[in-house]
Amino acid sequence: MRINVDRDICCGAGMCVLTAPDIFDQSDEDGLVVLRRQPEAAEADVAREATQLCPTGAISVADEG
Amino acid sequence: MAKTMPTSVAPMPPVDGLPVERSDPFDPPAVLAALREERPISRLRYPDGSQGWLVTSYPLARAVLADPRFSRRRELQRAPRRIAFEEEHPGPSEPGFFIGMDPPEHTRYRRQLTAHFTVRRMRDLEDRIARITSEHLDAMERHGSPADLVAEFALPIPSLVICELLGVPYTDREKFQHDTRVLLHLESSFQEAMGALVSLREYLHGLVVRKRSAPADDLISTLIADGALNDEEIAGVAVLLLIAGHETTANMLGLGTFALLRHPDQLAALRADPALVENAVEELLRYLTIVHIGPTRAALEDVELGGELVRSGEVVTLSLPAANRDPERFDEPDELDLRRSATGHLAFGHGIHQCLGQQLARIEMRTGFNQLLARFPNLRLAVEPEDVQLRTDMAIYGVHSLPVAW
Repeated sequence: MRINVDRDICCGAGMCVLTAPDIFDQSDEDGLVVLRRQPEAAEADVAREATQLCPTGAISVADEG
Repeated sequence: MAKTMPTSVAPMPPVDGLPVERSDPFDPPAVLAALREERPISRLRYPDGSQGWLVTSYPLARAVLADPRFSRRRELQRAPRRIAFEEEHPGPSEPGFFIGMDPPEHTRYRRQLTAHFTVRRMRDLEDRIARITSEHLDAMERHGSPADLVAEFALPIPSLVICELLGVPYTDREKFQHDTRVLLHLESSFQEAMGALVSLREYLHGLVVRKRSAPADDLISTLIADGALNDEEIAGVAVLLLIAGHETTANMLGLGTFALLRHPDQLAALRADPALVENAVEELLRYLTIVHIGPTRAALEDVELGGELVRSGEVVTLSLPAANRDPERFDEPDELDLRRSATGHLAFGHGIHQCLGQQLARIEMRTGFNQLLARFPNLRLAVEPEDVQLRTDMAIYGVHSLPVAW
């Protein structure tokens, strides 16, 4: 699984960091999403949950491989 | 001979104004559940006589909130019920009131604020929030049993926290709490509500001007230093955050405590396992969904939604309490179950306007409920449950007061 983040449409709600803090962060400068690293196989579910909870669709799954 | 009725199903008449009357303090009006089952997007007649739509299902509400074809621009909205601060034909949002704007204006304001409301920044406030909570529980103990949980606990804690964060002197609270109350009261006249709003705006504008020459370590001073917004805009942002920071969390703490006291098995579960509080807060947010009037959105073009054609310019009202009780999304939705995973609820909205202060609210609630239950092992209602005064008449649902004993 490969995750993409789009900072242009992020609204800084923080749901991703709350859900999957090992994968997502918020920048101290602008509060917008930062992808810390790609999820490992065991983290696919929590990464997908963060994707679904994102209010603006700023996080997407690029591929399921 | 009487005319025979046509055999085809007549179109159901529009709902006349958003229903708010409840038969149970914790359940949304029953008519909303019936609508969600039969026609989750139905016609709604607005108080100004215009016709729009009422959405009661989870997937449709979520879809509208995420769809840029539905605008939040204030001048396009119609109030689904008479609320003092919502004009029949509102003008554009005042500077700083980004809740009533679309991108790119909305984005310009929100981007100034996101760094100040991150998960990390809010966790940095946790110790301070815990101290404020504990001091108020000390005061409540000194006051003695019985006491009003709203006056002693639920309102002052979020009020003090948002004031500290913004840099608004808490000693002025009588003024701005009064103005906020008048503004959000459904029975205030339009003139009274606008007077309160002007009064709040003037108060905060004066504060911004003073902070420009004497900055401190607070959000208003930071916004001044950042230089992207003028004084009028900063005052508008501050009014918005001050209002948003007050009644919302206060009512979640007040109504949430009422709900826990009326569900002894759930209360016992939380007492037995304070680590459950994170889950419990999400479930209380879902179950209680205190934003019970609106939000609304206006279609910018013709949009097909749930099999209906919403025409350009028509207003759609989303019932978040009904959406959060949608059985298609949450099993046994009318049960308060602190162990369920309620994430994905719409209590903070969805889309680009999703609540900016939600991480702050979560910490205030987690700290508030855990400390309250730990401090008062015998907490109970001091009045009959039917005598608790409910805020069906306010823009934000909850309890006016909650007499408790211990």
